[in-house]
Amino acid sequence: MSEPRPVTFRGGGFAPKSVRWIGVAVFLALIAIAEIGTQAGWISALTLPRPSDVLDTFVQLYQSGLLWKHMTPSLTRLAVGALFGVSVGISVGVLIGLFSYVRSGLVPLVAAIFPIPKIALLPLFVIWFGIDEGSKYALIAFGTFTPTVVATYGAVDNVDRTLIRMGQSFGLSWWSIVRKIVLPGAMPGILSGLRISLAIAIILLVAAEMLGAEYGIGAYILEAGSLYDLERLFVGVAILSLLGVCVSAAIGAIEKYLLNWRN
Amino acid sequence: MDIRLESISHRYDGMEVMRDISLEIPSGRIMCIVGPSGCGKSTLLRIIGGLERPYAGQVNLIGEPPTDSLNPLTYVFQDFALLPWRTVQGNVSLVLEDHGIRGARAKEIIADVLARTKLSDFATALPKQLSGGMKQRVAIARALAVNPAVMLMDEPLSALDSQTRELLMDDLIALWTRTPFTGVYVTHNLAEAVRLGHAIVVLSRRPGEVREIVKIDKPLAERTFSDPDLEEPQRHLWDLMREEARAADAELIDV
Repeated sequence: MSEPRPVTFRGGGFAPKSVRWIGVAVFLALIAIAEIGTQAGWISALTLPRPSDVLDTFVQLYQSGLLWKHMTPSLTRLAVGALFGVSVGISVGVLIGLFSYVRSGLVPLVAAIFPIPKIALLPLFVIWFGIDEGSKYALIAFGTFTPTVVATYGAVDNVDRTLIRMGQSFGLSWWSIVRKIVLPGAMPGILSGLRISLAIAIILLVAAEMLGAEYGIGAYILEAGSLYDLERLFVGVAILSLLGVCVSAAIGAIEKYLLNWRN
Repeated sequence: MDIRLESISHRYDGMEVMRDISLEIPSGRIMCIVGPSGCGKSTLLRIIGGLERPYAGQVNLIGEPPTDSLNPLTYVFQDFALLPWRTVQGNVSLVLEDHGIRGARAKEIIADVLARTKLSDFATALPKQLSGGMKQRVAIARALAVNPAVMLMDEPLSALDSQTRELLMDDLIALWTRTPFTGVYVTHNLAEAVRLGHAIVVLSRRPGEVREIVKIDKPLAERTFSDPDLEEPQRHLWDLMREEARAADAELIDV
C-alpha cells in the first residue's frame, strides 16, 4: 500500500473574467511611461508629445470655445448618418431574413458593396449630394448600412425556428410573429452588429471631414497633422477614442436594458 | 370534434417516411402514438395540426369545435417553445393578444390557467428562472389559455428528468379528469403511453405504417405509477416494437 496522495487540480484557466480597474490601470501606466520618458529625455519630443502638454492643449481648446465648435458638427454628422444607415440597414436586413426574393436579389449586392472602401466613393457622393453636409451624411450612412444589413439578416436567420412554428401553431398573424418573435429574437445579433457599424461610422466621419470641412474633429486632426503639431493631433485622436468608448458604453446600456432576459 | 386521418403518406426528398396511415381520433380521448425513432411520429403530429403538408392523403375535422375555442388544434412542444424575453404571464398573454383579448379578460384567463397548472406564484418570472418541469407547465398553461379542442403533444416530457416526468404525468391526468380534452400524444416512452393513452397506436419503422392499435380500458385517474394492470399492455407494446427498434437503430442516418 502506497501513501494516499491528494488529486492534483487541473481544471483551471480558460475562463477569462473582466477584472475591474485593470483596464484603467493599463491606460494610466502607458501615459505615465510616456510622461516620464519625455521628461527624462529618453523619448524625444519628435517621437511622442508629452502627455501633460496634450492635456494643456485640450484645456486651451476647451477654454477657447473651439472644442464645441468642432464637436457639434462632428456629432451631428455622426448621429444623422449613422441613424439613417442603421435604420435602413436593419429594415433591409429583416426583409432579407424574411423573403426569398429579397434575399436572392440583395445578398449578392450587399456582398459586392461590402468590401468597397466607402472613402473611395466620397468624390462620387460629393457630386450626388453636394460638397456640404449631404455627402458626409451619405458616406457615414452608406458605411454603416452594409455591416448592419449583414449582422441583421444573420441575426434573423438565427432566430429559433421552433418559436416561429409555435407562433404559427397558435394562429398568430404574420405581423405578430415578426414583431413579437422575430425582432426580439434577432435583437442580440443586431446590437452586436451595431457595435461594429458605429465604430466604422466614427472612422468614416473623420475621413469625410478630412476631405473638406471647416470644423469637425477630422478637420482639426488634419490641420494639426499638416502643421506637425503633435499635441493637437493627439488631442484629436484622444477625443475620437473617447467617442468610441462612449458609443460602446451606450450600446452596452441598451443591451442591458433590452436583453435583461439573457444570462 | 373528432379527427380523421385518411391515408396519410409522406416523403422527404423522395424518401418515403410514412405510408398510408388512417386513424380515427375520437373526441374526449387521448391517443398515444409510439414507434421507433425515425418512424415519422412527430411529422405525423405536425401534419395533424397543419404545420406540415402531407405528400398524399388528408386530415379531416369532423364536427364543430366548441365556440369558445380560440385555437382548436393546439401544440405542446418537446422543447417548451417559450419566448425567453417574456415572463410566464407574458408567454400566456402572447397567444391571447392576437384574438383581441387584453386587459381584464386576459388577466382573468391567465390567472385561471396559471392556477390550474400551479404556477400562480411565478406569473412574473422569466423562463430562465424556471426548472424544466415548470417551463413545460407554462407551455401547458399557454395551451389551455386558448381553450383547445385538441391538444397535440410532441414528446412533452422527453426533455425532463424521470421524477419531474412522473409529476407532470399526474398533472396531465388531473387536468384531463377535470375537463376531458382530445389529445394526440407522441412519445417513445412506453410507460408514458400506457399511463396516458386510451388507445396506443404503434407505428412501424420507416416508412411508418400502423402496426397495431392497443386499447386500454382502465380509466386514466385509476392508473398509477408501476400499475400491475399496465404491465401486460406495456410488455405487449415492447414485443411489437423490439425488432423494429433494433432495425431502426442499425440504420444509417441519411435524412
